[in-house]
Amino acid sequence: MTARLSAWLYRHSRAGLAVLLSAPLAWLLLAYLGSLAVLFLSAFWTVNGFTGDVVRVPTLDNFITIVQSAVYRTVAVRSVGVAAAVTVVTLIFALPMAFFMAKVAAPRWRHWLVIAILTPLWASYLVKAYAWRVMLANGGLIDSILGGPGHGPGYGLPATVIVLSYLWLPYMILPIYAGLDRLPNSLLEASADLGGRGWRTFRSVVLPMLVPSIFAGSIFTFSLSLGDYITVQIVGGKTQLIGNLVYANVGAADNLPFAAALATIPAVIMVIYLYAVSRSGALEEL
Amino acid sequence: MTLSPTARWMLRLAMAVGLAVIYVPLLIVLINSFNIDRTFAWPPPGWTTQWWGRAWDSTGARQALWTSVRAGLGATAVALVLGTMVAFAVQRYSFFGRNSVSLLVVLPIALPGIITGIALDAAFRSVVEPVGIGKGLLSVVIGHATFCVVVVFNNVLARLRRLGGNLEEASADLGADTFQTFRYVTFPLLRSALFAGGLLAFALSFDEIVVTTFTAGPGVQTLPIWIFSNLFRPNQAPVINVVAAVLIVLSVVPIYLAQRISADAAGGGRV
Repeated sequence: MTARLSAWLYRHSRAGLAVLLSAPLAWLLLAYLGSLAVLFLSAFWTVNGFTGDVVRVPTLDNFITIVQSAVYRTVAVRSVGVAAAVTVVTLIFALPMAFFMAKVAAPRWRHWLVIAILTPLWASYLVKAYAWRVMLANGGLIDSILGGPGHGPGYGLPATVIVLSYLWLPYMILPIYAGLDRLPNSLLEASADLGGRGWRTFRSVVLPMLVPSIFAGSIFTFSLSLGDYITVQIVGGKTQLIGNLVYANVGAADNLPFAAALATIPAVIMVIYLYAVSRSGALEEL
Repeated sequence: MTLSPTARWMLRLAMAVGLAVIYVPLLIVLINSFNIDRTFAWPPPGWTTQWWGRAWDSTGARQALWTSVRAGLGATAVALVLGTMVAFAVQRYSFFGRNSVSLLVVLPIALPGIITGIALDAAFRSVVEPVGIGKGLLSVVIGHATFCVVVVFNNVLARLRRLGGNLEEASADLGADTFQTFRYVTFPLLRSALFAGGLLAFALSFDEIVVTTFTAGPGVQTLPIWIFSNLFRPNQAPVINVVAAVLIVLSVVPIYLAQRISADAAGGGRV
């Protein structure tokens, strides 16, 4: 019986393909794209202010409110600013670290350095944000290093950028390390033979070839920061990002249509960003 | 590349500072779990192990841990099956829309979690709940599995690419049918990739909070949700700190396992 089925599958390879694709596609199309479609549709619905029921009549009201209100514009700009700042900060830390790992450290050390970067990825997100909450607390470690209670940054926007950068740093280091690891040493030697000093070689040879890796890392740092609303609650003080507004509208305000309309902002920004960086070949580096 | 000794030392210093920045916060959590002061005054005024005892007795933490384990195992199981199937389809066949399928698998993890979360929430509220099925643990598993598929997919795909089809053709030449080939040739070669993908999927699910917030039914509390809901209660802070310390220590386990596996895979590479 199985032999027959097997022979039939061999002759009809398309049937095999259909079987393989059926369940995963059904899942992803129904559970995921279906849900995204419902979300996108519901962004055009409204909530009856009196009864709290969802009114399923398509209108642009939610989007008009968002565009016209200064608060939402400010929060959207702030969120993009935080995501960009986190990307820059992680890049500044990741470049020298990845360069050291790939080109300076002794080969037998490389393996252990990669593990040292990987291990904290397995430690819980909340635990890491929490660790910073304790360190940034009034009179905590950071304050006492900087000269006593109140001398540190405390909770707020800078703390949010610091903690998000901390959380996503390995996601930036690893693709850059992989890119540098593939970069042949002969290119660096050729540059040196042509008179390029360390900095010149880095700027004119290494950096241009690293662009796809850097963009690949930035997809993580940018996307993960853009949707975050947990870290900002833990160390952000009263700071609000898009994620907080979406969360508040789903929970406390129970206005899912408006939350859906707000969520289209990061979604659209991310799709544009993915499209922009995909032209550099960054998606193959993920 | 010729680096001046100064440049080498600067890079070495950057690496050391970077590693210190990564590890000091985690170390502080471990130290603070023995800090006698409830608000973690620094430096610690004294030491105690009573928080570890209180955390051990915390039923909330235990129940949440158990919920997390169940959700993680469910999501991992679904992700293993679906991820492997897509990986085979994408690697072994060429068909119209193959790139779109790869993109569709990656999308749940590329878009911010809050979008996946409220999309699933919206779908549940407007499509599934009217049928009479409410949110519960199952909806959490569905949500987690959706973004866990990609890690299994990536691992299996990379392994299939490296293996090529020669061994399977040899198996077929020797008279094995499709299922025998899968059972005796393909699956054993895939095993370590499946394990690594499954491990990663479980870790992703175990740590997830955003999608969980939006898909968990009433009363369903995973460990991250439990931690988050107790984070702002000063009374619970020492217990949370101990749970955090435990999670930090446990994060070494998957790294150790992954190391064993890759050593294994390197051994299997002789085939």
